Amino acid sequence: MVVAVGARRDRQAFAALFAHFAPRIKAYLMRSGCEATAAEEVAQEAMVTLWRRAETYDPRQASASTWVFTIARNKRIDMVRRERRPEFDPADPALVPEPDAPADRVAEAAQEATIVRAALDRLPAEQQEMLRLAYFEDMPHSAIAEACDLPLGTVKSRIRLALARLRKTVKEE
Amino acid sequence: MSVRTDRAGSRPAHHLTDELLVDYAAGALGEAESLVIATHLALCPACRTAVAALEDVGGALLEGLAPAELATGSLDTVLARIGGEAPATPRVERKPPSGDRILVPEPLRGYLQASLEELPWKGLLPGLGMFEIATAGKTRKTRLLRVKAGTPMPEHTHRGSELTLVLAGGYSDERGHFVRGDIDITDDSVRHQPVADSDGDCFCLTTTEAPLKLTGRIGRLLNPFVRF
Repeated sequence: MVVAVGARRDRQAFAALFAHFAPRIKAYLMRSGCEATAAEEVAQEAMVTLWRRAETYDPRQASASTWVFTIARNKRIDMVRRERRPEFDPADPALVPEPDAPADRVAEAAQEATIVRAALDRLPAEQQEMLRLAYFEDMPHSAIAEACDLPLGTVKSRIRLALARLRKTVKEE
Repeated sequence: MSVRTDRAGSRPAHHLTDELLVDYAAGALGEAESLVIATHLALCPACRTAVAALEDVGGALLEGLAPAELATGSLDTVLARIGGEAPATPRVERKPPSGDRILVPEPLRGYLQASLEELPWKGLLPGLGMFEIATAGKTRKTRLLRVKAGTPMPEHTHRGSELTLVLAGGYSDERGHFVRGDIDITDDSVRHQPVADSDGDCFCLTTTEAPLKLTGRIGRLLNPFVRF
């Protein structure tokens, strides 16, 4: 659908994407501490960016939800924290390339997203919650440890454990 | 000062930790740490792949969120905004960096007005030059260091965490050898005296939470004067 928006400026496809993603982006912002009004504003702004950048979306690189997550994350840093988010440029001639040309991942990226979601659902509740904290609260590991009154080592090991399980499941599928 | 030419090519041996990869993918880090990490990513395909996988986790978590209720007319507002909009602007062709001897990848390149060798370096100690980079965050410092070939850095430990990315040349301490693309993560548990490789000047990008603490005999005397 993102591809349809990019290639044909398909407003119907955009409306469908909006219905699915805008409420989730808003929820994401509210989880990270935004008021409803500010969260709404960022969600709308993220959807405008989605429309503008749809042409650059590459389904071989990432699933739609991963791509939307990165847009929402960057909007949050830009609009809420008012900071720059330095990122590498995939087209930079100084970039050190992959050892092998990346294989054709069209089906893979979407498939992988489904697998990651299923694997996430199967994690113990405690590990799921730790990942949500890490991804949604706009706090680095050290701040999470403080907020949860846990030693930093415990936070690190829970997140590491959760990721190890996810990676194992994704590899096996 | 001599310079060992480091063109693109080899892949780093010292990588980011899961902790930093997650914090970066989640967008929980400030500008300074993100700058160091993103510049490492440009030089490290392995860590790029790791970040992409962690962004997949972010996408999956986003999918799993209970949708929030949107404001009335939310879609119409956005449709009105994009209404007359022309298709996205085509991607800008990237010019390869000019004949710099050391390739500085983005995003760091965008922070610098000159090539590494032409920056207005400030002499800090004999054989050690510094160039400060403005990043958000009150106490955090971000700077480029240029260490003359074969020069030992003053022995020091850290107050809080320090992230270092080697851009050219290399250095060694008890923990290993670090060269272009390598990331070095240290904190107050590490007390070291890195020595720059003898075959060329070492250029690093580094960010610290708080000033370093010099621990050597002479270094201790310098602490009040030299703010790393």
